[in-house]
Amino acid sequence: MAIINEHTVKAFDADLNRLRGLISEMGGRAEQALIQAMSALANGDRPLAAEVVEGDKAIDALETEVERLAVQTIALRAPMADDLREMIAALKIVSVVERIGDYAKNIAKRVALMDPARSIEAIPLLTSMSSLVAELIHDALDSFAARDTELALRVTVRDKTVDDFYNSIFRTLVTFMMENPRHITESAHLLFVAKNLERMGDHATNIAEMVYYAVTGERMEERERGEQPEDGAAEQE
Amino acid sequence: MTHDELTIANPKMKAEGVDVFYGAKQAINNVSIDVGTDLVTAFIGPSGCGKSTFLRSLNRMNDTLASARVTGKITLEGEDIYAPSMDVVQLRARVGMVFQKPNPFPKSVYDNVAYGPRIHGLAAGKADLDLIVERALVRAGLWDEVKDRLGESGTALSGGQQQRLCIARAIAVNPEVILMDEPCSALDPIATAKIEDLIHELRGKYAIVIVTHNMQQAARVSQRTAFFHLGTLVEYGKTADIFTNPKQDRTKDYITGRYG
Ligand SMILES: Nc1ncnc2c1ncn2[C@@H]1O[C@H](COP(=O)(O)OP(=O)(O)OP(=O)(O)O)[C@@H](O)[C@H]1O
Ligand SMILES: [Mg+2]
Repeated sequence: MAIINEHTVKAFDADLNRLRGLISEMGGRAEQALIQAMSALANGDRPLAAEVVEGDKAIDALETEVERLAVQTIALRAPMADDLREMIAALKIVSVVERIGDYAKNIAKRVALMDPARSIEAIPLLTSMSSLVAELIHDALDSFAARDTELALRVTVRDKTVDDFYNSIFRTLVTFMMENPRHITESAHLLFVAKNLERMGDHATNIAEMVYYAVTGERMEERERGEQPEDGAAEQE
Repeated sequence: MTHDELTIANPKMKAEGVDVFYGAKQAINNVSIDVGTDLVTAFIGPSGCGKSTFLRSLNRMNDTLASARVTGKITLEGEDIYAPSMDVVQLRARVGMVFQKPNPFPKSVYDNVAYGPRIHGLAAGKADLDLIVERALVRAGLWDEVKDRLGESGTALSGGQQQRLCIARAIAVNPEVILMDEPCSALDPIATAKIEDLIHELRGKYAIVIVTHNMQQAARVSQRTAFFHLGTLVEYGKTADIFTNPKQDRTKDYITGRYG
């Protein structure tokens, strides 16, 4: 990794550092929201779920703040080359992180709709899947902070495991619904949770791709995709 | 990027292995570049890197300095401009120059523009000369502002108008190339925008080379950008590539404001 010299205009570095700090904080909150939402789901912890829903406002506010600062920096400092790409990446990354926050909130909202007495065998799989997704979000944002393209590449590679998780949870839940028709509501909710997690993994990959572009100026080679999700839904990208 | 994409199809001017010395001091080191009529070329780089020196070598302005010496080959339409047979007065008409500070003659607006066509014998008579003057002023985007004050002194115009007058003066002799050395550095944003607009208008009619310290200006007016550093041409490329993804670290440090 090339050592990045300071700008002749020091205030520019201060703006960039503040921007990076806000994005880290936002990413940290989104990752935390996911971990808490899954914990609330696994334990039927409704107060914790409500906290996650409430906490999403802070994530939205951070997005607004990053947008404001990025637009101001573009207007006042007219960044070029790497700096310009980083600014554009920052804007795109925060909108993706905001979506990740929304998915966490969506998962948390389902907790109140489910009967906590009904434990379902897919939940441990979902918990493992969510740990991996949280790790990918964490690493994607770390790769941005450190301008680390190797780490970014590893995020996109590991996203294939998230897709594998999704496919196997999908099969597990479909089987479970056939065997336990009375649990169809819960199973359907969990199916949505799995789908949300799968989308979050895709978003982590998007972040990694943007980091790669911001650092190198090149597009990441189209990553080898794992199997398509088996629910037949078309890719939303 | 392949080399072919960067090749200028019909270069108006070609510089090959150009060195420029001031006495023993080398100011330009082995620079090769082509400029064409369809693309505006911007020269950027830190102060003292040799942009003006190289620009002046393209119409032999350096000849006026006793200490300056140019080696290598520079051609205009294939003709060696440093060949003994080259008429320097004729060359400077074909390769016009606009300077950082507007420098109209202390004569009327009309005479400023008519001067070149007169000495080069381009006008058949008074009516013809009137037409040449009007056309040059129209092209320079100045006609509407000065058509009723053609007899006034050129130095009485505003700075931005004076600069456009100098461009009209350069255009009036039907040049093939126009060299501009920081033409907007003494102008306000509106006068600057008018000159930039003019550069867009003139593109395709003349080969234009502009030296500028304003990165945004280079990005706005040019299609090709050459970055100079310490007398060498460090990087040459499409303007959009140079400003979004330069290949050389020295270029990147300069355009992102990490220089010195
Ligand atoms: N007439 C001269 N005699 C001796 N040295 C000169 C002369 N003109 C320029 N130089 C030197 O040649 C080098 C290049 O100067 P030049 O004016 O071409 O730079 P530049 O890139 O146009 O700088 P700026 O952006 O400040 O106009 C500098 O080191 C300068 O000091
Ligand atoms: Mg100069």
